[in-house]
Amino acid sequence: MSIVVNTAVSRYPDPAWRGRITASLIALIVLWPLLIASEFKPWILLDAQSLGATRHFLASFFPPAHSKDFLVLLMQDTWQTIAIATAGLTLALLSAIPLTLLATESLSISRLESGRMRLASAVVRQVVRWLLVLLRSVPELVWALLLVRILGLGPTAGVLAIALTYSGMLGKVYAEILESSEAHATQSLLKNGSGRLAALFYGALPASASELVSYTTFRWECAIRGSVVMGFVGAGGIGQRMDESMKMLAGGEVSTMLIVFVLLVACADLISTFLRKRLG
Amino acid sequence: MSFVLSGLSVRHASVVRNNSLALIDINLSIKQGEQIALIGPSGAGKTTLLHALACAHQPEPGGKFSVFGLQPWAMQPAARHALRGRLFLAPQTPPLPPRQRVVTAVLAGCLPQWGFWHAIISLIKPREPEVAYAALARFNLQDKLYARVDRLSGGERQRCGMARLLVSQADALLVDEPLSALDPTLALQTLAVVQLEAASRNATLVCSLHQVELALSHFPRIVGLSDGRIVFDAPRNEVSETMLAALYRNTPPTQHPESIDPEDTCRPGPSPC
Repeated sequence: MSIVVNTAVSRYPDPAWRGRITASLIALIVLWPLLIASEFKPWILLDAQSLGATRHFLASFFPPAHSKDFLVLLMQDTWQTIAIATAGLTLALLSAIPLTLLATESLSISRLESGRMRLASAVVRQVVRWLLVLLRSVPELVWALLLVRILGLGPTAGVLAIALTYSGMLGKVYAEILESSEAHATQSLLKNGSGRLAALFYGALPASASELVSYTTFRWECAIRGSVVMGFVGAGGIGQRMDESMKMLAGGEVSTMLIVFVLLVACADLISTFLRKRLG
Repeated sequence: MSFVLSGLSVRHASVVRNNSLALIDINLSIKQGEQIALIGPSGAGKTTLLHALACAHQPEPGGKFSVFGLQPWAMQPAARHALRGRLFLAPQTPPLPPRQRVVTAVLAGCLPQWGFWHAIISLIKPREPEVAYAALARFNLQDKLYARVDRLSGGERQRCGMARLLVSQADALLVDEPLSALDPTLALQTLAVVQLEAASRNATLVCSLHQVELALSHFPRIVGLSDGRIVFDAPRNEVSETMLAALYRNTPPTQHPESIDPEDTCRPGPSPC
């Protein structure tokens, strides 16, 4: 049996086999020091002291706070969080859409003609890509810390922080979605002499509308989470309230807020599913 | 003169440099209003020639190429793009986004003439749906006006692409295998509509076909293309059986150059006659 296998191996060797083995070994060798550097010790979670602390912390979550005053306050904060996320995302869209149009290669007429882009347009596209990298490489929390110092405590800092980071993310992913969608319709419109924007709206957009909507609602969901985190540094909303409750060790309030959170994310998911069904 | 090509060579449109020539030393002149059938084996360069005529791919330097008396590759990019609005290239695979409605897909043929805002408004509420209806009606597709493209069959999509051709204002129609998804009866009807339209507005029609007998019976002038070269260019009554046999001979399948666009895949052609 082993002879048969051996001859089969030598006669039809899989050219990818050695590369796969090597890549897996290299991945292991690279990952091991990373695990050590990140002090990855999950078993700590399970020792007696940690378990006790966890139990104590979780026990304080019950029952969730549900006094009328608190719920009214929480509703206001939730509304503010949603407002921060939505306003931030809208501002991000306003700058991401033009940047996407500049960064998308499949709308290049010069590339259509000769297979490569004109130098000037290639330079513009590269500059836009760098701008997008710059915008999204600074986390929204850092933008928020910076903006809180400039604008003072409050939701404005959160809105602007989300707008800055998310325009970078949206621009990059929109451009990639548009480029990976079926280019035939768009290119055919360009070859027939329609304008670039018109070709985008009549060719690429119907092909990738549902992916774009799905990604945008996912980003809205992320913006809600992001605005909560930024609340901890004073950018308003439910996060600021949660920061106060945590400091006061009011576990019941924290657990109510977590429930609101789950509801918000589930709501975003429902909206996304509904929209994709409509467009799909 | 609609098109004049002399000594024109075109490379395959692909990112890889130094790739082979898809068209070699093409000499062709086409008068305004002429109707020409382009025949030849798969991979002969028919699609590349249509793309070159549509100013969609830049030819190699050295040859001469003029459209309506203008030299597109000596023009500014914006002027060249405006010129493309006078040429209509219908690719073999209908370029219709599956999620678009038929009315929008057909009216997209008007985009070169429309301003940007006109185009955007038409996306929300179709402007001139009666134009699209009339174009579809000539292919017996008027019932599909507000249907989505992905609800259409392959043959319906192909005729929907031809309806887009009808609404365009182009002076030259460059059609790549318009009949590949149609049964013989529909193929005859569709070809008749396209030819009638071209004749009625005195537009030049260059049409690549795999159905040699249709080409010979419907087009006054036949251009045979093989391996990137023009093998013959003759009125139909001068095209003989021997010329056709020679055109479709000596093309081993392994040596077929790839078709110009990955999306415009050529189907293996049926044997002539």
